[in-house]
Amino acid sequence: MTDATANQPSNSTGKTSLFVEDARTKKRNAAEARFKFYGMLAVATGVIALVLLLISILSQGIPAFSQTFMRVNITLDEQVLDPSGNRDPEEIAKVMTFAYDPIINNSLQSLADELSAEHPEVTASALQGMLSKASKGILRSDVIANPDLIGQTVEYEFLANGRIDGYLKGRVDREIAALDGNVTPEQLDIADTLVEAGKLEKRFNWDFITAPDASELRPEAAGLGVALLGSAYMMLIVFCLALPIGVAASIYLEEFAPKNWVTDIIEVNISNLAAVPSIVFGILGLAIFINYMGLPNSAPIVGGLVLTLMTLPTIIISTRAALKAVPPSIRDAALGVGASKMQAIFHHVLPLAMPGILTGTIIGLAQALGETAPLLLIGMVAFVNNYPESMFDPATALPVQVYNFTQRSDPAFVERASGAIIVLLLFLLCMNLIAIILRRRFERRW
Amino acid sequence: MSFVKLSASALAIAAVSATAASARDQVAVAGSSTVLPYASIVAEAFGENFDFPTPVVESGGSSAGLKKFCEGVGETTIDVANASRKIREKEIKACAENGVTDIIEVRIGYDGIVFASDINGASFAFTPEDWYKALAAEHFVDGELVANTLSTWDQVNPEFPAQPIAAFIPGTKHGTREVFEEKVILAGCEHGGYMEAMMAAGVDEDTAEEKCMAIRTDGVSVDIDGDYTETLARIESNKDGIGVFGLAFYENNTAKLQVATMSGVTPSVEAIASGEYPVSRPLFFYVKKAHIGVIPGLQEYAEFFVSDAVAGPNGPLAQYGLVSDPELADTQKMIADGVIMGSGS
Repeated sequence: MTDATANQPSNSTGKTSLFVEDARTKKRNAAEARFKFYGMLAVATGVIALVLLLISILSQGIPAFSQTFMRVNITLDEQVLDPSGNRDPEEIAKVMTFAYDPIINNSLQSLADELSAEHPEVTASALQGMLSKASKGILRSDVIANPDLIGQTVEYEFLANGRIDGYLKGRVDREIAALDGNVTPEQLDIADTLVEAGKLEKRFNWDFITAPDASELRPEAAGLGVALLGSAYMMLIVFCLALPIGVAASIYLEEFAPKNWVTDIIEVNISNLAAVPSIVFGILGLAIFINYMGLPNSAPIVGGLVLTLMTLPTIIISTRAALKAVPPSIRDAALGVGASKMQAIFHHVLPLAMPGILTGTIIGLAQALGETAPLLLIGMVAFVNNYPESMFDPATALPVQVYNFTQRSDPAFVERASGAIIVLLLFLLCMNLIAIILRRRFERRW
Repeated sequence: MSFVKLSASALAIAAVSATAASARDQVAVAGSSTVLPYASIVAEAFGENFDFPTPVVESGGSSAGLKKFCEGVGETTIDVANASRKIREKEIKACAENGVTDIIEVRIGYDGIVFASDINGASFAFTPEDWYKALAAEHFVDGELVANTLSTWDQVNPEFPAQPIAAFIPGTKHGTREVFEEKVILAGCEHGGYMEAMMAAGVDEDTAEEKCMAIRTDGVSVDIDGDYTETLARIESNKDGIGVFGLAFYENNTAKLQVATMSGVTPSVEAIASGEYPVSRPLFFYVKKAHIGVIPGLQEYAEFFVSDAVAGPNGPLAQYGLVSDPELADTQKMIADGVIMGSGS
């Protein structure tokens, strides 16, 4: 505005045409063009960073969703598994997984015999090295569940060892195999033979999403089931506690509370709390929820409570901003037609503020979903192999699982860490999607 | 308001499950990140073979684990602490103050510490003395301490290539650092006669030892506070780097790393078991005796951990890189009898 009026005298002199730009206009236009360029540059930088991040995560992580399986006929030897022959589940359960090694080895011998006519390099011990170490556990639990299988020959699909899986995914080649103590180039040749014979096959692996974590000896069996459940429990707790508490606090502070030094102090403190490092909430959680209240270690209930405390300030701040953004005329009109203050707020102000509240809540939840530091102190950064049946059972969380995977020595865990990040991003996407749908439903225009 | 209903139902669910949550029924383990892979292998196999739930294994370091262990007796405290070093007197005292008096000490085997560099780089044959010369903060020359200014390996030992010294060693919070300082740096200092020279010049033994073990801080040696995966990443980006790794980690990454010999011995499970390879240390876990019989499966877990099928030379732990303990039978008997620390055995 001021520029326009400042320009008027030079234009009114009539010496220049409106169609010819004078020096000053040129300068201003150039500045605008430059600013547009900077803006585009900033956007491009952001987009490039995002694309690079996504490319690196997707290219590393997508292989984690498929896994190599090996089809094997296993002869369940009665002599080893149930020497007394009375099929008593308790007696069968006494046979530990270690006893299943020779059973698998003997069964692989017959496969080796079958193939070695054409491919002499196929031996039972090489084949055994190509199977996942999780196989015997699967076999044992299957035998205990169905004692009738003993004495029969059953076809199983076991996971292939992480190195063989890596070969089919192109991560391991013969050069690497020659240096690697866990796989030999001959085993890779055998893998080719087995693929031809249709015994070895790579396909989509739901277990990566549903199975629990596995130890470092069997990276191929590791999954995200426990972490997903743990994160879901925690998000449920955070949503159910932080949203009502946060909204109630903000409505009171914004609409009802008198403006005096007490509310000023509370306001300052809420803003400060939002900036407190999350690990501080972990220390608080350990002291209050575990040591004082006696809630169990490593449980999602404690994690959820800690994350609730962490999320509250974010929700309160954004809810207050959303309430402030509702035009005063709406309030005045409601009060004018005789509504009580509470009616005006709950019937008119809150529905209009809902989109903003939901946005704030989702930002808070997303923050909580990605948090690991406070979970470290309450024992959720752990190896947990059993599914949590309730919020009080031990569990981990998705970001924790990413962290755990990156710490492991076996190179096969690298793809699993990236795969876990993809699942985490999808989890986040689902949450955002729900928020967008809810926001659309609540949105009102005036 | 739908969210009011939602939260009310959530609270109801929480209340119901609160009453359902009874005594802890799984073993809780915490401690050393070096022992973590072994403990999780055992926990997984334990869950597979027994009706008890799989133990929960937390990491966080030996000291943090033992601190948690010594917090007291009861369901909210952990049952087992993993450690890559022996429990200290101070920690035993802290335990006793909190009522944790009967502790069973279990040695599960030995772990080797190796020096490895990029697979395509030069090979090295170190002695502890080389490492002392390369990494000591100050050298004792002609009766006085002068700052270490060596910057390439050929200055340390003429047989080495002229490669810049870039060492990635475990940070001070790791148990591995202690072993590195004692068994490599201090041993090198003593072996090369540097400590003797210092003491001959009138420095008392403690100070001399301290001076021997002080690591230079001018950027040539980098402390890694994270895990071996971080050390590996550093070596991948700096091909001249030489890192300190656990034997198990190296054995899982032989395609990327080459190992250096120490005093002429190539590190391997056999060389460590026979004591030929000098840089190794025992690994432990500590069991709270008061919890045995209270927490279901604790006794069985401890027995299973050191059973021949698990911790023996052909078991899964040895497959991962643990050097099994030749005295495993004694350990098994000790757990079966519940012999506590300091009871004369």
